[in-house]
Amino acid sequence: MSEHSISVTVNGTQHELTVEPRTLLVSALRDELGYTGANVGCETGRCGACTVRENGETIKSCTRLAVQADGAEIETVEGLADDGDLSALQERFQEHHGLQCGYCTPGMLMSADTFLRENDDPSREEIREAIEGNLCRCTGYQNIVDAIEATADQLGEQR
Amino acid sequence: MSDADADGPTETVGEVRADGGSSDDSGGAFGSAIERGEDVPLLTGSGEYTDDISLRGTTHLAIRRSEHAHARIEGVDTSDAEAIDGVIAVFTGEDVVESGVPNTIPTAWDLPGLVQPQYRMLATDKVRHEGTAVAAVVAETRHAAHDAIEHVSVEYEPLEHVTDPVEAVERDVPPVHEEAEDNVAFDFELGDADATDEAFADADRVASVDLRQPRIIPNAMEPRAALADWEEATGKLRLWMTSQNPHLHRMLLSAGTLGLPENKIQVIAPEVGGGFGSKIYHYPDEAVTAWCSMQLGRPVKWQATRSESYLTDCHGRDHVTTGEIALDDDGTIRGVRVETHAGLGAQLSQFGTATPSYLYATVLSGQYTIPAIHCRVVGAFTNTTPVDAYRGAGRAEGIYVIERLVDVGARELEMDPAELRRRNLVQPDEFPYESAAALVYDSGEYERAMDLALEHVDYDALRERQRELRDEGRYLGIGIGNFIESAGLSPSGLAGDLGAQAGGWESSIVRFDSTGSVTVLAGTADQGQGHRTTYAQVAAEELGVSVDDVTVVEGDTDRIPQGMGTYGSRSASVGGGSIARGAREVREKARRIAAHQLEASVDDIEFDEGEFHVAGAPDRSLHIQTIAHEAYLGHDLPEGMDPGLEETNFYDPENFTYPFGTHVAVVEVEPETGEIEIERYVAVDDCGEIINPMIVEGQVHGGIAQGIGAALYEGAAYDDEGHLRTRRMDEYAVPHATQLPDFETDNTVTPSPHNPIGVKGVGESATIAATPTVVSAVADALEPFGVEHLDMPITPESVWRATEGDR
Repeated sequence: MSEHSISVTVNGTQHELTVEPRTLLVSALRDELGYTGANVGCETGRCGACTVRENGETIKSCTRLAVQADGAEIETVEGLADDGDLSALQERFQEHHGLQCGYCTPGMLMSADTFLRENDDPSREEIREAIEGNLCRCTGYQNIVDAIEATADQLGEQR
Repeated sequence: MSDADADGPTETVGEVRADGGSSDDSGGAFGSAIERGEDVPLLTGSGEYTDDISLRGTTHLAIRRSEHAHARIEGVDTSDAEAIDGVIAVFTGEDVVESGVPNTIPTAWDLPGLVQPQYRMLATDKVRHEGTAVAAVVAETRHAAHDAIEHVSVEYEPLEHVTDPVEAVERDVPPVHEEAEDNVAFDFELGDADATDEAFADADRVASVDLRQPRIIPNAMEPRAALADWEEATGKLRLWMTSQNPHLHRMLLSAGTLGLPENKIQVIAPEVGGGFGSKIYHYPDEAVTAWCSMQLGRPVKWQATRSESYLTDCHGRDHVTTGEIALDDDGTIRGVRVETHAGLGAQLSQFGTATPSYLYATVLSGQYTIPAIHCRVVGAFTNTTPVDAYRGAGRAEGIYVIERLVDVGARELEMDPAELRRRNLVQPDEFPYESAAALVYDSGEYERAMDLALEHVDYDALRERQRELRDEGRYLGIGIGNFIESAGLSPSGLAGDLGAQAGGWESSIVRFDSTGSVTVLAGTADQGQGHRTTYAQVAAEELGVSVDDVTVVEGDTDRIPQGMGTYGSRSASVGGGSIARGAREVREKARRIAAHQLEASVDDIEFDEGEFHVAGAPDRSLHIQTIAHEAYLGHDLPEGMDPGLEETNFYDPENFTYPFGTHVAVVEVEPETGEIEIERYVAVDDCGEIINPMIVEGQVHGGIAQGIGAALYEGAAYDDEGHLRTRRMDEYAVPHATQLPDFETDNTVTPSPHNPIGVKGVGESATIAATPTVVSAVADALEPFGVEHLDMPITPESVWRATEGDR
């Protein structure tokens, strides 16, 4: 099978790698580059465990080919904390018990983080809609919604 | 099951409270809503799940599965697959047989007359359900392995199949297994048939319901995975896997499957992304992964795809039931009679026999005094994915039946369903209560929890509003679900009497080191429950140290010598009970050292927040962490005492624990469109003493979500070819955030009198409660249409069909 050389920037670090045309972005991140935060839950774009940001937009990295991300800026859950300090969103997830097994959490955080950039004063209904593409089997979502709402409140106070 | 309680309660812990808050007024570690220590790695992406782990030279396994529901294997040709670039080896069922390993996937629960057909790692003669493992390909890359399985050529002679448990035993179909010509694996009875017949003959009224409890697919977010590393030089197998019970997996792999002694198998469960039952079982796939590594001498990794999860993770439920309830006009329940066909799937899974028998029939008394109960369960082989315990396991199915029966009984009597429940509740002074379904309930304040739940929704006013809205052509429904759970599996002797092939105890080690920090090694295995936090709270409370001083280790059979695992709502009660008992032994040894060094009698040494002091002389004291140091120095210990400060504990519970509570759902149903909106969901749970209220609430939330999922959205289905129709996440409706409401939770606290820390457990409670509660609410909303019951999942279509007759 032919191979392609691509270049992607992940959380600010540039990587050069060689991939098969069919290699998924999530596989390149996990298996080639060691960013194992994004998880694979369904391979059909339904569960959202593999959600990352590409050039500022959330994408499900199991529905993207690595070659499509050539030249892109990718952000993953590993980039949310700043030098070991959790982001406000991560802290609120812990405080509100917004995770149990943690498998959906990286994707959930990326969707929520992106959403809060676009809507800094969301209703609970808007929050639920924002994470509709991220399935969680453990929490029943309520504490996740609480955590996102509390982050929005905190960011609102800081403005 | 009265034997377990024959000696009566050994210890009474506290008293009943309905404060919903901390169960420890002293402000100690136990009872505080402290944040979870396990969260930071999971929030930053550094937590390691099985597929995140790689070893040098790791190869990849893909499994060829049958596309037929039922077929004879005529031949398997692996040559094309072997020719694929990167393929290392292709193995068939015959290869496994020839390797000489025991090659059985054993069941762990026997029943009288049980037919136990052969269950092998890879099929050799027949495939019995779609997804049966037929061949294994190991390749240098995952892509190559998956490419190659498509090139394994299997010649089949298709056979007629059956997927429905009633048809399997009543229709003339080829048997799934030759050993069971009628497809009956077991025919189980519990209770007193004659007494029940008599109760029905004498009763004023009888109501009945025919119902189905469809298959639920657990859908842990992390699909199952395994990484095996066989070290030829030492003859040792290391196996990382998505396990709820690594020690049980070690035992089953060792004895029946691979033929290795236990001390040559290390099972490691790293971060595990949810389980809900599905990761309890000893499946062929993980065993094949290990076997392949043993053949090749290289690390082998298998990661299930989601489709493989749907086809191979044990499904839950699959019951077809007729239930009857006998009542007097005043609302007294006289008897309950239940007949169930339970689908077991194509093979007997580990607890696949226990779940629809003892775990099911024994809870049919629910919260009620019912003098006569009889239940018959026919366990049927079908050409489907094996069925086993899914969150609530057996108890969920049983409580669903009794709660539906109480509702249809109330309808028959034209009595308010809350009132009928109230008139039959077991009263606080009746505990320990021996039910006609053979359980001895430990403790309960059922009416208190029910009152609290009804108070939260202002029940009488709500009924009034329901009447008003009906006049406007709007259909509000109020559903009540009273539940008990037999949790804390299980007293070993009792479980053994009933057929268990393993013990029900739990084991732990509590260890101080010389610097005064504590390590707890626990035999349970977390998949999101937060054991590292709650166990630290239990140990910290007993030892008088800070939670931060305690590190909890789970999920590695080489580090934790013994354990049984996490299922059946057992970790807090049985695992936590073991840790508390071990910590108390550690504390008592420390007390003896303190007495020696303070030159006082042991009886005069008091313990308060980590400090040992001489009674009446508080300045003469030593902290337990100082004593830990002394214990390892060994310079000045009591005569004859061994150095060190650690204890290994085995705790075998004397009875199950019985969490209980009442959930109430308020729904509005739109008959024109069939839409169901959950307006409110109130859960009052009593799980005994509460170690961490935040975690308890989280368990309740998640449990409700899964219960609502079963009631309204989920359910696996097979097509006419015996193919699973719901095999992807866009075909099986795991609830989304927009499909669930906010839940309102509260607690009462009725300690378990026999548990060392008074806890009852909460892992499965809310799933057990939520399913009947929501179905009850929808049926209540549709009362004006004469609808008594609708089968799950209650979709808009089923509502519309049930009400269309009136249009």
